[in-house]
Amino acid sequence: MIIASNVSKKFKKLTVLENVSLNCIKGECIALIGPNGSGKTTLIKTILGMVVPDSGFITFNGRNILHDWKYRSHIGYMPQIGRYPDNMTIGQVLSMMKDIRAHKEKTFDEELIYAFGLNILLNKRMRTLSGGTRQKVSACLAFLFDPEVLILDEPTAGLDPLSSELLKDKIRKEKQKGKLIMITSHILSELDDLITQVIYMQEGKLVFHKNIDDLRKETGEQKLSKAIASVMIKK
Amino acid sequence: MIKIVKYVIVDILRNKIVIAYTAFLLAISLSIFNLEDNTSKGLLSLLNIILIIIPLVSIIFSTIYVYNSSEFLELLVSQPLKRKNIWMSLFAGLAISLSFAFCIGAGIPIILYAASSTGFVMLGMGLILSIVFASVAMLSAVMIRDKAKGIGISILLWLYFSLLFDGMVLFILFQFEDYPLEKIMVAITAFNPIDLGRILILLKMDISAMMGYTGAIFRDFFGTGTGFFIALLVMLLWVAVPAWLSVRTFNRKDL
Repeated sequence: MIIASNVSKKFKKLTVLENVSLNCIKGECIALIGPNGSGKTTLIKTILGMVVPDSGFITFNGRNILHDWKYRSHIGYMPQIGRYPDNMTIGQVLSMMKDIRAHKEKTFDEELIYAFGLNILLNKRMRTLSGGTRQKVSACLAFLFDPEVLILDEPTAGLDPLSSELLKDKIRKEKQKGKLIMITSHILSELDDLITQVIYMQEGKLVFHKNIDDLRKETGEQKLSKAIASVMIKK
Repeated sequence: MIKIVKYVIVDILRNKIVIAYTAFLLAISLSIFNLEDNTSKGLLSLLNIILIIIPLVSIIFSTIYVYNSSEFLELLVSQPLKRKNIWMSLFAGLAISLSFAFCIGAGIPIILYAASSTGFVMLGMGLILSIVFASVAMLSAVMIRDKAKGIGISILLWLYFSLLFDGMVLFILFQFEDYPLEKIMVAITAFNPIDLGRILILLKMDISAMMGYTGAIFRDFFGTGTGFFIALLVMLLWVAVPAWLSVRTFNRKDL
């Protein structure tokens, strides 16, 4: 569904992505892991078209995304740090997004809004929100339009255990519907029962892209964190 | 696109600076027309104030507004929207609200007290200048990542257009006074929208007779239909070129 080939990106002299190629297929649930500054967020941003790669290209459903913008209607994106207009309320942000992304005859997936209890906070201004609540708003926006692809950048960072469980339940539910889900996270234990594929990045390079079962067989470890650790030691 | 323009305008109205600016313009224009018994004298006083205040408010407010909308832009860019449309909507929102503020603040008094052709040229120039400086502000805000630096550049640009440029022109005139520079002067004014606006308005007034030989050349050129048309075209270029350059930069910007 999403194919990246030889994507490279430099910020001034710093190489953030170096010849990254990957192929993501519908129904997969991919964990994008790697140390801080390994280019995970930049890779996600290039897929969303927020960062324009220096070379290489990305296709979405067979179409180059470079001059396309409509493909983004199939993506729900939850940023690592959600930034929203300060003087808008939660309700205004939600209704603005609904208005802008208006799609025909589809209902909105507002399950998370109620699960997180945001429906009673609709009149709160964005600048007064805590980091966790902001994160909840980001999550709600990502799931609101029932997109085919979900890209979640550190979805549970900053969420309390209860909300983080709610979000994981929601991700599991969407996975069952056969959506493509991409998650970056540093908390590997919470990815264990969620994902089917692992992409490991280091210093802007894609080190491997493997099926989780293959990875477990190769390393002989059941836990993702241990499997990754043993791969890192081998290198 | 219209939807985004709507959100931008609602947001601008909510932050009340534009409303205060409208009230300020209204107060100034009404008091000037009431103090002067002669409307053309009133227009002249108003001209000087307008040519200073409008570019200043337009460029500073627009620059700060664009920087403050960075969250809004970031939110929209990840959505199924064309980048060009997002950026042009922001520009349109700023241009519409600033022009609207000028129309109410200065336009109503001008129409009430001085509904002559001079008055209407002044109204038109004020409108175009509002948009020109919003456009220049969009360019400086998209080129420079750092907010303080961007606002600083905008202030410098305003200083350049309202003071430094005239100083430089005078300097050149005095240095090369032995040479016939009058025709070149006409061309040089095209590089400064404020000057262009001032000349077009002054030529509509009778005082242009006091501007000497250069004034006569200006009258010769801008006084004709074609001259006026070319000047207007140059003004529109001042709107279009910075706006176009800023769209191009924004299309490739990493957010």
